[in-house]
Amino acid sequence: MNVIINGDAREVETGVTVVGVLALFGLAPGIVLVQINDEIVNRTRYAETVLAEGDRVELVRFIAGG
Amino acid sequence: MSNDCLVIAGRSFRSRLLIGTGKFPSSSALKAAIAASGAEIVTVALRRVDLSQAEHDDLLSAVDPAKQLLLVNTSGARVAEEAVRLARLARASGLEPWVKLEITPEPRYLLPDPVETLKAAAMLVKDGFVVLPYIQADPILAKRLEEIGTATVMPLGAPIGSNRGLRTRDLIRIIIEQSHVPVVVDAGLGAPSHAAEAMELGADAVLVNTALADARDHGAMARAFALATEAGRLGYLAGLGPQRSTAEASSPLTGFLDVKE
Repeated sequence: MNVIINGDAREVETGVTVVGVLALFGLAPGIVLVQINDEIVNRTRYAETVLAEGDRVELVRFIAGG
Repeated sequence: MSNDCLVIAGRSFRSRLLIGTGKFPSSSALKAAIAASGAEIVTVALRRVDLSQAEHDDLLSAVDPAKQLLLVNTSGARVAEEAVRLARLARASGLEPWVKLEITPEPRYLLPDPVETLKAAAMLVKDGFVVLPYIQADPILAKRLEEIGTATVMPLGAPIGSNRGLRTRDLIRIIIEQSHVPVVVDAGLGAPSHAAEAMELGADAVLVNTALADARDHGAMARAFALATEAGRLGYLAGLGPQRSTAEASSPLTGFLDVKE
């Protein structure tokens, strides 16, 4: 199915979870914040949150900054 | 002086120097600066993960959450809604709900948008955040923010990263005179003397980043800023003498020896 991740169209497996998406990019769940269709996903729910067709996913992390 | 704490939203800090973590050449340089600064509040930013390259988690290794409060900024936000979303994301990560509100729509001077900042501050305060807004040195805006419940105001000395010092000195003086919340001078402080100057004026704290990141020796510069911040604070508390346009002799002008040749 097709979703949008950080602005880019991507094809992912149907039924993939947030944890699954993070694994696709080699990201540890502990360092990434996730938003789906403008809703913030609680960190404790990454494993159970399943993506749907057309979802807009934002993956965000802390970086150095003033 | 040992009891002279900076209190923000009911929380006490011994250090009046806040530091930003941006632009350091390495996490070891940042670590040296944090250690030497004695800072208890350090800022971080939030960004989209770059999916085209491997990410390194350098930053968080330099910060010790047991010693420093992580203050998330909303840099990158151009309007209130973006800033609020960034703040909520940060809170969802489990960080304390403290946010450096920063809305800078134009990239050349990165000056904060007062209208969007006021709007976002109201939303964030209502949402339970401790809000530290980055603002232009505008005394009226500072008052308006205080009235809606921000924890501090953070007027700029000069544009972010410009190292130009306290160009807004006269306006910051008015903000300090009128404020009932801590005044943190943020942005543009490029030399330890700039930090001392802000503190001598009566600022409650200063926030420094670029001056430390730009230094040849990051740790030494951080220490210099820490000393200058403390010196300025001590000078302010001790009470500066008035300025005069003519001399006022430090030695008595009477009782000269009657020298005869």
